[in-house]
Amino acid sequence: MASRAVYVHRDPMLKKRDDFEDILEERRHSSDLRYALKCYTPVLYKGLSPCRASELKSMVLQSDQLQYVINQVSKEMGRTAEEVQAEASTILDEMAHRLQISTVRFFAFTLSKIFKTLFRSICVNEEGIQRLQQAIHEHPVILLPSHRSYMDFLLMSYVLYTYDLSVPVIAAGMDFMGMKIVGEMLRMSGAFFIRRSFGGDKLYWAVFSEYVQIMVKSGFAPVEFFLEGTRSRTAKSLTPKLGLLNIVIDPFLKGEVFDISLVPVSISYERVLEEALYARELLGVPKPKESTSGLFKARKVLSEDYGSIHIYFGQPVSVRALAEGKVNRCQFNLTPRHIPRKPGEEIQSFVNDLAYRLVRSQEENMVLTPWVLLAFLLLQNQAVGNERGMSLDELTEQAAWVRDLSRQFGAFLHWPDQLPPSKVVSSSLSLHRGLVRISDGRVQLALGQEMPHSAMTSEEELLNRAVIILSCASYRNQALHLFIRPALLAVAIQAASSNKKQEVYNSFSFLWNMFSNEFILCPGAAVQDFEEACYLLVKSGALQISQQEILVSGRGHRTLAFLANILDPFLEGYQMVCRFLYEATEGLTEKQFVPAVRKFIIKHLLTGRLRYAEVLSSDLQKNALAALLRLGAVQKLKGGEEQGALKVNKVIVNSLEDTLGGKLPTQKALVARL
Amino acid sequence: MIFSNKRSRQILRHAKPAGGSSSPNCHHLFSWYMIFNLTELLLFHRQEIMKWNGWGYNDSKFIYNKNGQAEFTGKRYRLSGMIIPGLRDWMESTFGATVQHKTPATPVLNTSAVQPPTLNEAFVEGIKSTGIPFSHDPEDRVFRSHGHCLHEIFPLREGKVGRVPDMVVWPKCHNDVVKTVELACKHNVCLIPFGGGTSVSSALECPPEETRSIVSLDTSQMNRVLWIDEKNLTAHVEAGIIGQDLERLLNESGYCTGHEPDSMEFSSLGGWVATRASGMKKNIYGNIEDLVVHIKMVTPRGVIEKSCQGPRMSTGPDVHHFILGSEGTLGVVTEVTMKIRPVPEYQKYGSVVFPNFEQGVACLREVARQRCAPASIRLMDNEQFQFGHALKPQVSSIFTSFLDGLKKFYITKFKGFDPSRLCVATLLFEGDREKVLQHEKQVYDIAAKFGGLAAGEDNGQRGYMLTFVIAYLRDLGMDYFVIGESFETSVPWDRVLDICRNVKARIVQECKDRGVQFQPLSTCRVTQTYDAGACVYFYFAFNYRGLSDPLHVYAQVEHAAREEILANGGSLSHHHGVGKLRKEWMRETVSDVGLGMLKSVKDYVDPNNIFGNRNLL
Repeated sequence: MASRAVYVHRDPMLKKRDDFEDILEERRHSSDLRYALKCYTPVLYKGLSPCRASELKSMVLQSDQLQYVINQVSKEMGRTAEEVQAEASTILDEMAHRLQISTVRFFAFTLSKIFKTLFRSICVNEEGIQRLQQAIHEHPVILLPSHRSYMDFLLMSYVLYTYDLSVPVIAAGMDFMGMKIVGEMLRMSGAFFIRRSFGGDKLYWAVFSEYVQIMVKSGFAPVEFFLEGTRSRTAKSLTPKLGLLNIVIDPFLKGEVFDISLVPVSISYERVLEEALYARELLGVPKPKESTSGLFKARKVLSEDYGSIHIYFGQPVSVRALAEGKVNRCQFNLTPRHIPRKPGEEIQSFVNDLAYRLVRSQEENMVLTPWVLLAFLLLQNQAVGNERGMSLDELTEQAAWVRDLSRQFGAFLHWPDQLPPSKVVSSSLSLHRGLVRISDGRVQLALGQEMPHSAMTSEEELLNRAVIILSCASYRNQALHLFIRPALLAVAIQAASSNKKQEVYNSFSFLWNMFSNEFILCPGAAVQDFEEACYLLVKSGALQISQQEILVSGRGHRTLAFLANILDPFLEGYQMVCRFLYEATEGLTEKQFVPAVRKFIIKHLLTGRLRYAEVLSSDLQKNALAALLRLGAVQKLKGGEEQGALKVNKVIVNSLEDTLGGKLPTQKALVARL
Repeated sequence: MIFSNKRSRQILRHAKPAGGSSSPNCHHLFSWYMIFNLTELLLFHRQEIMKWNGWGYNDSKFIYNKNGQAEFTGKRYRLSGMIIPGLRDWMESTFGATVQHKTPATPVLNTSAVQPPTLNEAFVEGIKSTGIPFSHDPEDRVFRSHGHCLHEIFPLREGKVGRVPDMVVWPKCHNDVVKTVELACKHNVCLIPFGGGTSVSSALECPPEETRSIVSLDTSQMNRVLWIDEKNLTAHVEAGIIGQDLERLLNESGYCTGHEPDSMEFSSLGGWVATRASGMKKNIYGNIEDLVVHIKMVTPRGVIEKSCQGPRMSTGPDVHHFILGSEGTLGVVTEVTMKIRPVPEYQKYGSVVFPNFEQGVACLREVARQRCAPASIRLMDNEQFQFGHALKPQVSSIFTSFLDGLKKFYITKFKGFDPSRLCVATLLFEGDREKVLQHEKQVYDIAAKFGGLAAGEDNGQRGYMLTFVIAYLRDLGMDYFVIGESFETSVPWDRVLDICRNVKARIVQECKDRGVQFQPLSTCRVTQTYDAGACVYFYFAFNYRGLSDPLHVYAQVEHAAREEILANGGSLSHHHGVGKLRKEWMRETVSDVGLGMLKSVKDYVDPNNIFGNRNLL
């Protein structure tokens, strides 16, 4: 049964997680062909009205919902209903999947071959699979995997096929359609394609939402999509997109199904295939357009070792249980349910909370490898300018310390305790040879070229270093969710003018607010997050908290310093963005923002005034801008010739920069204004 | 004067069946109204022939006989005296209720458990001087202290008695009521009108917080048909008359009202008016609000009635609608002028089997769209179909059982209906023979479009019988750890399927969440069709073995089910009323202003809350 709440555990130490089973193990010992041709009889939804993929189309086109919009559009545009209907039909053809089992079997065979060469193991929690199986039988199921790689949805279908569960239908971005053969193959294995943006297109929206809802309502197959909307290039979870989530829970809110189970799935890669690609993209090398030939060029990835993958199927979340007391379903009583209308405030905030909860539960069930912890240490070491790196012993000692801390914070850490820590550290390092250099028993990031290239400009050199740093940061980012709240508190304690709890909270709340586009921080939950951070730090012995005051304990300094260090690159990045905007000329548009700020930051990096090359990440820059827009420090002008131009409130931007830099105390007034 | 039990016993002994065979032109399911004139017998001590802690007549009940087979006792119903071979298995497989686990009811009321009456001496003196019969006998008082909600009956079976009226009065006519109400106002006693006692909304429960003397005003003695007007086809009737007596008396003159709520054996005309009742055959005759032409009600402010009997008026809001559904909070309905119709020439039952519930609902919707609904059309879901099957009496000949086998084979094997999904609609046609046959064809043609197969008169008839005996069946359930009840709603057509699915599923889930050890029975049927929607009935029962407080669990589940109904666009009630059971939802149902309107009427009509049953508001 679906759990009543996603986030139930108060004490992270008590979090119970399932064991894993390696599904490649069997593939290495038995015939892939037989596996691909096995008898496949998945459990179906008990309320299933059986229909084939091709029948979905006419169901969509004849639905009251779509007919209503078709009539509306035809009246508004002065076109005949038939024309609009034909357009809807075309949209649907472009969108629809053609799920068929033979293609799934083909993929099962090919992927077995590929996965066996790429990965050491693919580990799945079988209890999660059992829960999923039951959920599929009881209610329509929505699968919500994290999105770190193109591999994600192939993996999902592969795993479900392996366990004899219904393969899902998957909402995929239109960009895949560009790959001719592959696009069609994906379509036949259950992918349906949606345009990246269709904001104003009423008809497109209607066709799309009806198509998805009919699949949900009829229990055709589990519907899968990515809450984060796109692959996270930084390995940090992205702020969830609400469009599809709104669509899939609508049938529940309108009473068309009894309940819907949302199943968060966490897919963690020991090494992401796209590792270096992502870093380049963040640094401004645009992402190559997906094409079939491009995929073949990527063949060389096949020769490398990508370690293990862990797939964790989380507790199914009952939308009904979560909506209880939050959404009054009577609101649909007075208008026909097929007439589209914007979700009210109540529903919007419910869906928003729901989305954050789901992303958080994805985060919580991500398996962290020892390398992730090493990435923290190596990056911090690099940032203090230690040219010689760390000795292996020192690294091992610190790694063991971070391991203990992270466990206290409830990390889902796969640290082989049976091995001596030094073994664990060295084997982690060897898997990531491309990122670290070990010489004379000392470890550091592989930043400098072995043989300095004279032809390289200092800017190119900087970008090359940044690629390594961003790649490494993407591993560190996998565990950011674990430390983010305590880290915000650590910085807040440093920044607060006194150790009064209220002062610290003001400071915390400022930072929390500032960074809520950067990290997964549920809107409106600042107080809860503060309490959670306090709880964790008290429990780990770093803080003592009385009614009024927050005191750092003797051994807490190391913890707090480590935590505060985590946020440093972000603080520096946000300050740089503020500085840039403060100095920016009039008429800067949103489009020009990233290249301009990058240029600005490169200039500063080259003068050696900045410590973190990470601030070059366009993700960080965009998040900072989004935060400033949200806080009203910057406004986007609409209409006229200045379309998209950014209007900067220099006073606020300046004071934000100073506050972030610790030059200004967090005044109540400033917090209040935000 | 106080009537003694002795005297009514004498009357009982002299009672004879009032009719022989069923009337030739009214081929009715049961011949109950041919056997006894209930009202004449039910002078004052109804408990003499009716159960004090269960449904209906003392002599009619389901039992397991010596051979361990289920049997329906008595002689009143078609099912009476018959063995029902499938029932025991059904009870066991549906509820896990076995004969070994018995929870028998206390057979006799222990009168010492009844609190002594709080009498208002001045009021008692006043009543004495008017000559209106009254009693403070514990049995009389207990009988009028409850309706038939589970939480009202269940404690009685265990011999537990809560707050009961302190006194019962039996006014014999409108003027008696006027006098009673005047006395009550003068001496500040609380009056609770009592008709048939079949309420299922806690409407008759005495408010525990009431400190005044509570007087139950039993209308049963106001039971005359005062006149019949054949020119206008109306009849003027005293409001205490019981449904079956009203029909019987009118039938004698060749007329009927056509108002047949499922409780019509026991419920009263005044009760129908006070709760906005609905009858099975409303498609032809209308619901109670369509049937009444004139109402007379005695209130603390005086008597309210209209000055003429015009068939429709534009004279501001219809004051009848303050009375209809007032649930005894404003006064006592004493006399009603009702529409009557000639007794129909011909009646025919029918039934249709559908492959699934969805198709069945689609068919009913189409029938409603074409406005060709028969007198009654009801759609049972699969669980109720199976239940109906279990209630089939022992077949008399091999030939019938062979035929049954053939039918089953045809439907499940030849037509491919899934026995665990198919459902049945029962039909009742009424009118001229020719028109009935024509109408029948029209309805069966529509049904065929939705995959429906005609399944014979017998199945139809048995379906309607179920309605009457299901209340008796609850008593059998309670003998074996099974408790349950029905509740209803009305809902727009586009919501019917959704509400049925969701409410049934909600019941199952809530039972599970609340530790019910056995799978509950959660089933529904569509019982009425309208232009814009339908009435849906839910039945819910479970085996409570292993629960420490089954009533509380039951109440919680029913509460959740009602929340689910409201969340799915269903109404608070189609015809059972609000009473005290559902009044927490009145505000959201009728809005703040709506509730304020009702309150201000109450404040004007009854400022001292003489009619203090605290229903509705």
